[in-house]
Amino acid sequence: MADKLHFSLVSPARELFSGEVDHVIAPGTDGEFGVLAHHAPFMTTLKNGVVRVLEGDTVKMRIFVRGGFADVTSAGLTILAEEARNLNDIKADDVDAEIEATRLKLLALDKDDTKQFTLQEHIAYLEGLRGALAN
Amino acid sequence: MPSLKDLKNRIASVKSTQKITKAMQLVAAAKLKRAQDAATAARPYAERMAAVLANLASSAGGSGPKLLAGTGKSDVHLVVVMTAERGLAGGFNAYVVKLARQKIQSLIAEGKTVKVMTIGKKGREQLSRDHANLFTSHVNLSDIKGNDFSESAIAVGHMLTKGYDAGEFDVATLIYSQFKNVLSQVPTAQQLIPAKAPEGAPVIDLGCAIYTYEPDEGALLEALLPRYINTQILSAMLESSAGEQASRMTAMDNATRNAKDLIKALNLKYNRARQAQITKELIEIISGAEAL
Repeated sequence: MADKLHFSLVSPARELFSGEVDHVIAPGTDGEFGVLAHHAPFMTTLKNGVVRVLEGDTVKMRIFVRGGFADVTSAGLTILAEEARNLNDIKADDVDAEIEATRLKLLALDKDDTKQFTLQEHIAYLEGLRGALAN
Repeated sequence: MPSLKDLKNRIASVKSTQKITKAMQLVAAAKLKRAQDAATAARPYAERMAAVLANLASSAGGSGPKLLAGTGKSDVHLVVVMTAERGLAGGFNAYVVKLARQKIQSLIAEGKTVKVMTIGKKGREQLSRDHANLFTSHVNLSDIKGNDFSESAIAVGHMLTKGYDAGEFDVATLIYSQFKNVLSQVPTAQQLIPAKAPEGAPVIDLGCAIYTYEPDEGALLEALLPRYINTQILSAMLESSAGEQASRMTAMDNATRNAKDLIKALNLKYNRARQAQITKELIEIISGAEAL
């Protein structure tokens, strides 16, 4: 594996990862796809799921992302995620607690509050995250 | 001539005011650091988002979803005014409101229908004096802790795209305070809807390769544009909050210095008055002694 792929993962809050890797597998809306170095230019939307970063054949990092875009150019792969968390850094109990807290927040809102939509999306993300952790 | 007691009270009161402004300055400085960090951390996302959008928009050409192409008219304008929740930040809120007022008035002069949405309490208070009849909605930022604006930004973006789809307005402009550096915050008007592909975004050189889009360009743009608008709102919120703290820090620094000058002047006055009283008493004693 001589050639490396430049991969960066950014969320609105911060840049989570930027560096050279061998292989990235990401959950596209139309199916999972893998990106190696010298991939043809390609752009797609992502669904909630796990982005896997591979070094050789071993999975180095698993990041759970919510929505967003993947953009492959000659400069490398960029993933713009609305929300992203490294699966190695989180515990199932914390996620459970957060789901519970978000539910309570949702219940406390007025019916027509615009934040409802955001919170529901957040819960869906957390539940997906919980599922990914269980695996 | 105020009495010695009055002067003493006055000095004490200015001193305690100075303590308060000094404390506010220190708090603002600490918050500024955090707000600036948050704004810097959010920049890569916004930049990449802009690059991706510019790329897509150029390949989609003039056609595209309504959010990009516009409704074809510009009769109803929505002006989104973003200010701080709190005052005591120098001219921070006033400058933004001034630009908003100019914008509203020029739009009205052009015969457009204007609607106003306010984000942050101060802008609403100041605009309610002459444009309260234009208000449509208000977003409260006071319960936000730290710099976690993402939920509110998404909520605002959602409100905007929903209103746009429902045909409530044709053009939306955001007026906020752009954070240049600690000393200068520039009130800026930025068109949100129809979305404008950023100018000067880095063009990615693809060589002769052709982009593959999955799903097609139209569907991608439709998914991307609301997020792009959210991102713009989020960066505006972060910049506005950094600017607010910077402005408050400068204002409080000035206030502290003013208080210092005032205390100096008052002290001088107090000492003079005290000396005058002593002299007066001495004269009384001496002239009393001479009379004997």
